[in-house]
Amino acid sequence: MVTDNKPSLVTINVDGVEHQVAAGANLVDALAKIGKEVPHYCYHPKLPVAGNCRMCLVELGSPMRDRATNELVTENGKAKIGWQPKPAIACATNVSPGLHVRLESPTVKACREGVTEMLLLNHPLDCPICDQAGECKLQEFSAEYGRGYSRYVDEKNAKPKKTRLGPRVTLDDERCILCSRCVRFSSEIAKDPVLGFVNRGSFNTLTCFPGRELDNNYSLNTVDICPVGALTSTDFRFKMRVWFLKQTPSIDTESSAGANTTVWSREGKIYRITPRQNDAVNDTWMADSGRELYKSVEAANRVTFATVKNAQATVEAAFAAAADALSAGALAIVGSSHMSVEEQRLLARLAQAKHASVYIPAHVGKGDGLLVSEDRTPNFRGALVTGLTDRAPIADLKALAADIDAGKVKSVLIVREDAAMLGLPASTLAKVRSVVLATHHNVTTAAAEVVLPALTVFERSGSFINCQFRLQAFAQAVPGPTGVLPDALVLARLAGADAATVWSELSANVATLAGLDGRLLPAEGVQLDGAAFASHKFPEGKLLKFAPAVNA
Amino acid sequence: MAIKIVVRRPLTFAERTYLPQIIAGLKVTWDNMMRPPVTLQYPDERPTIPKNYRGVPTLIADTNGREKCVSCQLCEFVCPPKAIRITPGEISETSDNAHVEKAPKEFEINMLRCIYCGLCQEVCPEEAIFLQSQYSLTGLTRESMVNNKAKLYELGGTLPDNHHKWDKKKEEAERQSHEGH
Repeated sequence: MVTDNKPSLVTINVDGVEHQVAAGANLVDALAKIGKEVPHYCYHPKLPVAGNCRMCLVELGSPMRDRATNELVTENGKAKIGWQPKPAIACATNVSPGLHVRLESPTVKACREGVTEMLLLNHPLDCPICDQAGECKLQEFSAEYGRGYSRYVDEKNAKPKKTRLGPRVTLDDERCILCSRCVRFSSEIAKDPVLGFVNRGSFNTLTCFPGRELDNNYSLNTVDICPVGALTSTDFRFKMRVWFLKQTPSIDTESSAGANTTVWSREGKIYRITPRQNDAVNDTWMADSGRELYKSVEAANRVTFATVKNAQATVEAAFAAAADALSAGALAIVGSSHMSVEEQRLLARLAQAKHASVYIPAHVGKGDGLLVSEDRTPNFRGALVTGLTDRAPIADLKALAADIDAGKVKSVLIVREDAAMLGLPASTLAKVRSVVLATHHNVTTAAAEVVLPALTVFERSGSFINCQFRLQAFAQAVPGPTGVLPDALVLARLAGADAATVWSELSANVATLAGLDGRLLPAEGVQLDGAAFASHKFPEGKLLKFAPAVNA
Repeated sequence: MAIKIVVRRPLTFAERTYLPQIIAGLKVTWDNMMRPPVTLQYPDERPTIPKNYRGVPTLIADTNGREKCVSCQLCEFVCPPKAIRITPGEISETSDNAHVEKAPKEFEINMLRCIYCGLCQEVCPEEAIFLQSQYSLTGLTRESMVNNKAKLYELGGTLPDNHHKWDKKKEEAERQSHEGH
C-alpha cells in the first residue's frame, strides 16, 4: 500500500529504452507523459475504456521466468523477453514493472496502416467542407500512420450527412468511425444515455433512442471529444476554420463551479468556447449553457459609451459627474459576484473610503450536480476574500429601496447588476444620485444619472475564486468597444487608488491571498485556504469536483 | 600588372570618308524597316496570353453552372499578402447543390494586395480558383479594386471539369438509397 501522495514509479522499456512511469497508469497516458504518442481514437482519459478502434495496437512483452524455478531466464547475459505472439491494445493495458513495449516495429506499423485503411474505406474525404479539419485525429493519423494511397475500388457507402441529434448537435454519419466516445460520455458523465449504435457492418450508425434526443446541457462535449467531424456543433457549423482562431484561456462565468474554458476568436470576434482541461475543476467538460455566453459581447444593447443624464459624455465629463454624484452624502454600493477579485478589492476600498454600505445580490438557480452550481455567479468567494462583504448575498434590494425612500441614502453606485430586477425600481433610483457601471443597457441604466460602460469577461482580464476557493485567472480574448476602459481602471479612478498595485496590496494585506499575484497564476489556478470562511453557508450542492462542507 | 601601351592605328582613307560606316548603319536601318513589327499598338491591339499565364485570380463554375468553391478557406490561409477574405456559408436545403453543404457567403480578393503568386490556385482542393488571362486592372477607388464574389464569378466564367466529384457522390447516394440502404 502506498501511503504518501507521490505515485510510486515502475520501470518500463519502450523500444529498447527504459523509462520511469507511474505505477498502474494506463499505457497510453504513461507513454504520452514521456513524450511517446500512441495513436488512438476511442480511448479518452476521462471515459471508460472501450477498446474498439484498434488504433493503439502495440507489441507487449515481459521478462520470461522459468516455470519450475520462477527465476528470470537469461539469454546472452540479458533477461529474455517473452513477447506476446500478437499485438495488444495499449489503452486496455496498465503499466507493470518490467513491461516491454514496441511502438515502432514493422508489426505495429502494419497494424496502424491496416486500421487507418479500414477506417478510411467509407470515409467521405470531405475535409474541405468539414469543420473538424485542422483538429481531426483521423486527418492527423492518416497523414502520420496511414498508407498514403487508397486501394479501394468499390463505391463508398452513402449515409445521411445532416442528422439532427439535438438542438445543438448535428451528426454527419459518413464521417463517424464508431469509436463510441459520445455514447460513453452520455451514459457515464452526462448520465443521460440517449445515444447508441444501430444496424450492422458498414451500415452501423449512431442514433438517438426512439423519441429521445441529445438535448441535455452537456451535449456539446460529445462534439469536443468526437475524434472526427461526425458530431458538429450546430452553432459553430461552417462558421470559421479552426486554424484561424486564437485560443485564450478563460473561465465559465455562468456559475461558481468555475469551469476552465478556451475562447476561440479571430480578429476581435469570438466564434466558440470550449472546455479547457483542469482535473481539479472540470476535467475536460463544460456545460452547453456556458458556451453561448460569448453572444452577449455583440448584443445590440451593449453600453459602448459613457452617458450623463442619458446624454453621451466624454470619459472625463462622466468621471467628474460620477465623482460628484458619489460625494452627495450617504453612499450605498451594489456590488456584484460577477466582478473579478481585483475589481472587488478596488470597490471594497471605495466603500471603505466613503463609509458606504455594500449590497451583494444573490443569483441562485438549480444546480445540476456537475458543472453548473446553485450559485449562478463566478466569484462570490472573491467578495468574501477581498473584504467587499462579510455577509451572505441578499435575495433582493428591497432593504436598500426602503432606505432610499426613508432618505437614509443619498447616492448609489451599482456595479454589474440590474437593480430594477432585484427590487429597486427605476422610480426609487431616480430619488437619489446614481452611478451605474454596466455592460448592457437595461431598466437600471436608463434610470441612472451616470452610466459608465463596462467590459464583458471576454474583453478584460482578471481572476475569480470558484466554489472550491480556487483562484483562477481569465485573460482578455477580444478588444472591448472603442474607448471603453477596463472595469478595474474605472473603479480605481473612482476609489482614488492605483489598479496596477492592487495585487501587491492584496498579497500584503489579505492573509488568504498572501504571496499571490493574480496575473501570474498557473493555468490550473491556485487552491486557496477557505477555512476562514467555513462558517458561511453556501448554496452549492455536490458538483463534479466539489462536495459542500458538512455544516453542523 | 604590366602596362601594355597600344599604339593607335591611323585611319585609312576609306575610313576618313565615313562612307562605309554610314552605309553599314543604313543597312541595319533598312533591314529593320523590312522586318515585321514586334510591338503592339496597345490598347488597340492586345497580346495573346499564354495558357499558363497568372492573371487576375477568379472563381469558376463547373460545366453544370455549380459554383465550385466550398469556402474551405485554404486559399485565405495560404495567401502571402492576405488578399483573400472569405465569409463561409451554408447552402440552403432547397438548393440543387444542397449535397455540397458549404459555399462562400462572401468572397473578396483585394487586388491592391494580390501579388499574382498563384498559391491560391495551387492549394485549392476543389479546383475552384484560377488565375486566368486578365492582366489589366484599374480602378478609381480602393473599394473598386476589391473583387467581391459576384465579380469573381463574372471574371471566372466556366472551365471544363474532368471529375464532377460532387455530382458522382450525389448519384451514388441516390443509387444506394434506391437499393434500400
